[in-house]
Amino acid sequence: MLTLSVGLTQYMVLSAILFGIGLFGVLSKKNAIAVLICIELMLNAVNINLLAFNKFVTPTQFIGQIFAIFVITVAAAEVGVGLAIIIAIYRNKLSVNLDEFDWLKW
Amino acid sequence: MDNSIWMVAAFYLLSAVIIVSALLVVFLKNIVHSVLWLAVCFIALAGLFLTLDADFLAAVQVLVYAGAVCIMVVFGIMLIQRGDMGKTNLFNSQTGVAAGVVALVLVVSGYLSAATHWVGTAAPVPHKTVEHIATLLLSKYVIPFEVAALLLLVALVGAIILAKEVKAKC
Amino acid sequence: MVDFAMQHAWLVPLLPALAFVVIVFLTKPWQKLSALVAVAGIVGAFVFAALAAYGVFTHPEFTEGSLVYGVRWLSMPGLHINVGIMLDPTSAMMIFMVSLVSSLIFIYATGYMKGDPGFSVFFSYVSLFAASMLLLVLSSNLLEMFVGWELVGLCSYLLIGFYTHKISAREAAKKAFVTCRIADFGLLLGMLSLQIVFGTLDLPELAQKIAHFHQYTSAGVLTLIAVLVFLGPIGKSGQFPLHVWLPDAMEGPTPVSALIHAATMVVAGVYLVGRMLFLFSEIPSAMELVAITGAFTALFAATIAITQREIKRILAYSTVSQLGYMMLALGVGSLSASMFHMWTHAFFKALMFMGAGSVLTALHHKADVWEMGGLVKKMPITAWTFVVGGLAIAGIPPFAGFWSKDEILATALNSHHYVLFAMGAFTAFLTAFYMWRLIFLAFFGEENPANHPVESPWNMTVPLIILAALATVGGWVGTPWDNVWSQWIFFGEVEHAAPNYGVMIGSVILALAGIYLAYQLYYVDREKVKAKALAERYHGIYTLLFNKYYIDEIYLWFNHAIVDGSAKLFYLFDIYVVDGIIVNGLGAFTRLSGEGLRITETGRLQNYALVFFLGVLIIAVALAFSSPSAAGLLLGGVK
Repeated sequence: MLTLSVGLTQYMVLSAILFGIGLFGVLSKKNAIAVLICIELMLNAVNINLLAFNKFVTPTQFIGQIFAIFVITVAAAEVGVGLAIIIAIYRNKLSVNLDEFDWLKW
Repeated sequence: MDNSIWMVAAFYLLSAVIIVSALLVVFLKNIVHSVLWLAVCFIALAGLFLTLDADFLAAVQVLVYAGAVCIMVVFGIMLIQRGDMGKTNLFNSQTGVAAGVVALVLVVSGYLSAATHWVGTAAPVPHKTVEHIATLLLSKYVIPFEVAALLLLVALVGAIILAKEVKAKC
Repeated sequence: MVDFAMQHAWLVPLLPALAFVVIVFLTKPWQKLSALVAVAGIVGAFVFAALAAYGVFTHPEFTEGSLVYGVRWLSMPGLHINVGIMLDPTSAMMIFMVSLVSSLIFIYATGYMKGDPGFSVFFSYVSLFAASMLLLVLSSNLLEMFVGWELVGLCSYLLIGFYTHKISAREAAKKAFVTCRIADFGLLLGMLSLQIVFGTLDLPELAQKIAHFHQYTSAGVLTLIAVLVFLGPIGKSGQFPLHVWLPDAMEGPTPVSALIHAATMVVAGVYLVGRMLFLFSEIPSAMELVAITGAFTALFAATIAITQREIKRILAYSTVSQLGYMMLALGVGSLSASMFHMWTHAFFKALMFMGAGSVLTALHHKADVWEMGGLVKKMPITAWTFVVGGLAIAGIPPFAGFWSKDEILATALNSHHYVLFAMGAFTAFLTAFYMWRLIFLAFFGEENPANHPVESPWNMTVPLIILAALATVGGWVGTPWDNVWSQWIFFGEVEHAAPNYGVMIGSVILALAGIYLAYQLYYVDREKVKAKALAERYHGIYTLLFNKYYIDEIYLWFNHAIVDGSAKLFYLFDIYVVDGIIVNGLGAFTRLSGEGLRITETGRLQNYALVFFLGVLIIAVALAFSSPSAAGLLLGGVK
């Protein structure tokens, strides 16, 4: 029988799993918007970590929570800009399939 | 209270929802479905944040992610995707390798998380989180706060310029 | 005035050098003015030289010491080089002789070079030539002497190749330059060794230090130095085996040949050995080397000379042979005899070269003596002055060559070098023979109807007459009965050898025998039947001699086989190893690795992200599972 206690380790494992799922999506999806979504998953995994640390390591200083607020802020901005870029690309190529984009190659 | 049975049950339940919905986000072939499950994931995450004594963050999570981000992504899809929505979210050729790397990441980070001995404190998180966060944000962290505000403004302007229709005469 | 000339002997080389500068920068477009400047420069130098020599030879204290003055040229820790003037009887005699002969040659050249498009340039070169030689002679420092030495080499290169339109002249100039360069390399090494071992290149200081050389170094090292130093004179004075450039130096204008062979360049080597005799005399084996080289060269060149057909080539081998005499004299320890022979040789060899030049001008540069004949009727002055030169070189008393050659032979005998004496004596016989063969063939006998010779103008004949007079009386300063010469110019002890009548009579008989043989073969026998029969009978030897012992061919073969062969080897090495493996290999490696790495550059974002995370993973593992220092090393100091 499990000892029914939830500590830092459990949260971190959960965070790692969520991060891994997000990473897998980022690396293996064709659709640019899907990649953007998966990046959101990864950012949320990070937020779990931050809040867990906030609770279990430095509960009174709110560093983790404030950092998480910034992460959410930046994530929102990133989604906005990212979507704008995807739309701009789509307008040029009529596609959002990342396999068709090899512009990083000279 | 923290280690009450309800707390533990809430954690595992929420964790299960989060993981399952995240997997569905990745593995569903219809991008719209993915976004829907993303919203589910975000809401579950908000619940998880509550178990972490971060009620303000939970509210923000629902507002920003489940609300704003998901809606924005759906708008993006609406602008872009045409035709058969059933094949809008496929895997590319390096999926296998990516799975390997991810497995390694999981193994390493899971092992490290479990093996590390964390020096924690037993002190509880103060109840009035919003007040504390507000005080800190407007005093100690006021400069990052303003920079974040500026970032949002820049992102707003940038997104508008990037997404704006290019005039034909240009 | 005499004191002034002695104190300012540096003016002697300066005046011709000045003439060179003036001609090059100012008077080059006006040919007569250029010639005037050159002649004025050398005659001025001669006046100064004569005054300085008069000063030296009227002050008996100069028999023991010398007048040395100079300035510091360069100074750095451990190396101090002075430049200066060293005036002693030897150098006084030399500047007198060089400037006198040069003056006559310059005057002669105004006639000989008439109408040549490079008239002014020629006079600028010869002025520099004379200036360099005078500098070399007056130097008090070995490095300064080396400067003059190399300048002489440069001028010889310029003048031998003066007729740049002739391929043979260009080739000869290159040959002279390269051959001398090989020799100069040895001299330079020797000088460096002297500087390293003794810490100075000043001749008087060096003489003192070498007298006690055991304090500085061993006899073996000094022998090596002596041999290295001797390499320079071997090249410059045309000693075997580096004599090959000297006969080819005939390609230059004849006054240059006279200048090179009589007064300036080739005697520089002998003069250097004479100056450095304090070095050689410490090492008996080095002296033997000098003597044997000299004697062998004398005999060797004389045998070649008897078969040659070109008038200047015969004279060239004669010069090589006479230089051998001078070296022989130095090798047996007599500076006096060597310098004496140089003195007399300068007169009669300049005389004969300029006579040959006169003949060549008259015959439009037809050089084969067999095609001449009977020139005495049309060119009496040239012919009879040439006869005087022939008598002098053959060693008939009372002409100059007799006294000097006699003294060399007597010295060789007195120092018990019997083999060398025999070689010298036989060379004397050969000398008389080949020179009179030339004279009988060219100036006497039947006229060749194809030739229409006319006597040369006064500015060519007057120097001939003056030189003929000098070739007659020039030796009287060193007769065995009242040897003024060796009282002044000597090394070590004054030589008081009693007149050796046996040697005298013997050498005269040998000379007369040579002349008689030539008379019989080439004058009495009008059709030259006997001479041709002899050549037929000893065909092998004749061919060997006519082809100068095939020395040139041996060098050529050496060049082709060794130098070109190794060059080919290095060429292949360069093509296949340096270019093939290193240069192109590096290029190919870069290109192939680039081609290979190109595949990894897909340009796709997700590929890059994948690799990026792999890297993150490795770093995380390294940080987590290794010791802190190793992790730090892996991360390049990031902690």
